[in-house]
Amino acid sequence: MEINIQKRVLEANETEADKNRNFFKDQNVFVLNMMSSPGSGKTETLCKTLAKLMPRIRVGVIVGDICTTNDADRLEVTGAKVTQINTDQFGGDCHLSANLILSSAIALGCEDLDLLIVENIGNLVCPAEFDIGEDARAVVLSVTEGEDKPLKYPLMFRVADVAILNKIDLLPYLDFDVKLAVDNMKQVHPHLPVFEISAKTEEGFDPWLEWLSVSVFEKTGNGL
Amino acid sequence: MIMHEMGIAQQLVNIAIDSIPDDIENPKVDKVSLKIGRLASVVEHSLTFCFEIITKDTPLENARLVIESICVTVRCIDCKNEWEVEGPVFKCPFCEDGHVEMLTGREIEITSLELAE
Repeated sequence: MEINIQKRVLEANETEADKNRNFFKDQNVFVLNMMSSPGSGKTETLCKTLAKLMPRIRVGVIVGDICTTNDADRLEVTGAKVTQINTDQFGGDCHLSANLILSSAIALGCEDLDLLIVENIGNLVCPAEFDIGEDARAVVLSVTEGEDKPLKYPLMFRVADVAILNKIDLLPYLDFDVKLAVDNMKQVHPHLPVFEISAKTEEGFDPWLEWLSVSVFEKTGNGL
Repeated sequence: MIMHEMGIAQQLVNIAIDSIPDDIENPKVDKVSLKIGRLASVVEHSLTFCFEIITKDTPLENARLVIESICVTVRCIDCKNEWEVEGPVFKCPFCEDGHVEMLTGREIEITSLELAE
């Protein structure tokens, strides 16, 4: 006996993501899902970004890691509201799913925020598959990785709305070909905005901050 | 680290079990059919491995997972050209623009179950 089903397997996550989207709309907060491989400099990029955006834009961060609160501790120094999700409690998952985000966002309190950043778990594969109800997705690639990463992980660069190429202060010491890396991103996602920055020296931050500020303003009417 | 295929397998099992009619006594599923897009982040043998582990002592124990791989097709928003994407290149070969929408290739769908007679 055959039973016809035709159902999306991730429908449960999609339903939760829609709930999150409604919640974030009610709270009038712009949500950015930030993703990358481990060690690309997401946390340092965020620390510098928050320092430059606040207090003009009120920012909160949900940090996802398998374990430790190291990143949350670093981000708290900026004065932003920060909460940590350790997926260790949930079996060490490789991504943040939508249901974890809503409870963290409620615990953090979004009523006094313009921007909520979710620093996802370092991984270029799994987080790309899980909608968390965000408004935009950022992917961070660093020049110590490889120019071909966008071709090896196409879904991540396909679903991203913006890309950051970090650690450009190291370029004099590496054979990394920036043009090739950006070309590879554009092969996968031709209109992807790419910002070349150094979170260490803060070079190249202005266009990235402008993109983020305009995105926040377009949704919330705040922050410009 | 738990692979995300475990979560996908768990969802798959939940949907499958919910789909078995209540009036069937001691149901046993022989086959579960799926469609998985080539751009979906699902590794077939990881999914099968997870499925085998979590279906133990359920009506799905020893069921075969039959996976139909779905090619990646896109449409150019500007010139309406549709084509199949072979590699990770999403630029329209006709008008060279890159405003494309995905038509297929990201599916993770359960399509049917086959119950043992």
